[in-house]
Amino acid sequence: MATDAPPKWDRKMQQRLAHGEAAALGELYDRFASLVHAQAHRVLGCESGADRVTRDVFGYVWEHPGAYDPKQGSLRSWIADLTHQRAVERLRQSQEDGRSTPEEIEEKVRAASAAARADYIVTSMPAPLRAALDLAYRRRLDYRQAAADLGVTEEEARRRLRLGLQLLSTAHRGPRAAAPRVHGSAR
Amino acid sequence: MTGPAPTPHKVLKSLLGAWALAACSSAETAAVEEHLTDCAACAEEAVRLRDAVSLLHPEDSLDLDPRLRSRVLASCLGRRPPRVPVPDWAAPYDAETARLDALLRDIGEAEWRAPVRLRWFDGERSMARDISAAAVIGHLRAVDGLVATGLGLPDPLGPETTAGGSPEERTEALWAHDPDGQTPGAARSAWRAQTTAMIRGVSFADGDAAERSVPYGPFSLSLRDSFVDRAFECWVHATDIAEAVDYPYAPPAPGHLRQMVELAARMLPSVLAGRRRAGLAPPARTLVAAGAPGRSLHLEVEGSGGGHWHIPLDSPGALGSPEETVAHVALDGIEFCRLAAGHIPPEEVAVGRDGDGEAIRDVLLATASLSRL
Repeated sequence: MATDAPPKWDRKMQQRLAHGEAAALGELYDRFASLVHAQAHRVLGCESGADRVTRDVFGYVWEHPGAYDPKQGSLRSWIADLTHQRAVERLRQSQEDGRSTPEEIEEKVRAASAAARADYIVTSMPAPLRAALDLAYRRRLDYRQAAADLGVTEEEARRRLRLGLQLLSTAHRGPRAAAPRVHGSAR
Repeated sequence: MTGPAPTPHKVLKSLLGAWALAACSSAETAAVEEHLTDCAACAEEAVRLRDAVSLLHPEDSLDLDPRLRSRVLASCLGRRPPRVPVPDWAAPYDAETARLDALLRDIGEAEWRAPVRLRWFDGERSMARDISAAAVIGHLRAVDGLVATGLGLPDPLGPETTAGGSPEERTEALWAHDPDGQTPGAARSAWRAQTTAMIRGVSFADGDAAERSVPYGPFSLSLRDSFVDRAFECWVHATDIAEAVDYPYAPPAPGHLRQMVELAARMLPSVLAGRRRAGLAPPARTLVAAGAPGRSLHLEVEGSGGGHWHIPLDSPGALGSPEETVAHVALDGIEFCRLAAGHIPPEEVAVGRDGDGEAIRDVLLATASLSRL
């Protein structure tokens, strides 16, 4: 996808990590820490939990660089998957205090997963789609104003908004969460 | 519905994204909603897209706490010791460049245009100059290039540069010719590529590299000291940029600050001598044999990164000596660094003082004179 590093970078990084190069670990952190932390934060909704997951994910990658298989996809998507697994594990643990039913816990996990997947989709979608969504959603422009701002036809602006939302809607995999946890409300 | 003829299905379908985002006109909204009552396919998509909108959220993720980086990296390196570590003396440079890079990532396009005020002390008075953030980054890259070439990396001024070797001359040369300084993105990525190459290069450098000499034009520093110096400069200019765009910017980690203060304190005797040679400071009071204890100033730096130093006053070859102390100054670590960066005039620095007034004045002026463009 648009913001993915080229596979060559991924392979080289893997080799450097396997070689035990501390400078490579720093570069890996600088490239992916905000993704990892934001994903974990979206699932857990708390800073300290997101910090812990960030530490666990980078610790795992540093200890097991060979676990990444470039044939299966980008390093970025592998790290996002790892983050998701770790964050969901932590969310489950935090809910297992007897106050929530297993169904409620699963519902929470589903909602948090969809929200985190949506974030990942937004940050990974082609830049033109992302820019159009940004104008319509964050800056509250109508599609005509968005078209003018982007320098494209109105038809193209409509197409981008629809396509962007179609991509985003794939975040709801499986049974749809009844009440996705979101910040702010949909307009 | 009154008004124009019914809109065709194809157009209504193309409006579904804009409709879900409430980004069409009221007439279009009404037309879409009427269409949804009798087109099952569009109705199904409409529900799906509306649900997708509920997954968007208005704010970008919060800025990452820069202190998390060192905690996470330390935890990783504890779990598996590196075969190729970053030397301790390059750690402040690694941390400060990562911090500045994160700041640059977070600032918006308009903020890149805010004028950044650089301040320094030219030996006699406080100087200031307003430049763009991209030019500040170019300045860091030009001077870092002295260290980069010392590691066998390419010179950012190009292989055939005729620029003089001083930081100022190199900076002016880069500003005059650098195509990468034109846009913020290019300035940032060229600088960042060089910083990461330097950290990598120093990790693989041989064991004697730390003491190798790096020429700075009129003077030189060991590679070890030059990395601390560049970390200091990176922090100072990051605070200049942060101030221009009104972002908070915390001081370096205490262990890193301590290395920066220590380097400045160690450079003071030769700066004092240089000021005397230039006629900017009164002549030495006593002659001291090299290696012998001489008249000293007790510099006490408080707070994070602090410590005690005895600065020989009359000759860089003399030893600082607690017994020969003629004056004592005490100031906060951050205040000391701001003075050394030329960000506060020597006469305005908040400092506890006791003893020989001329010695104190000379040392404070010399500290400010450590700064440059």
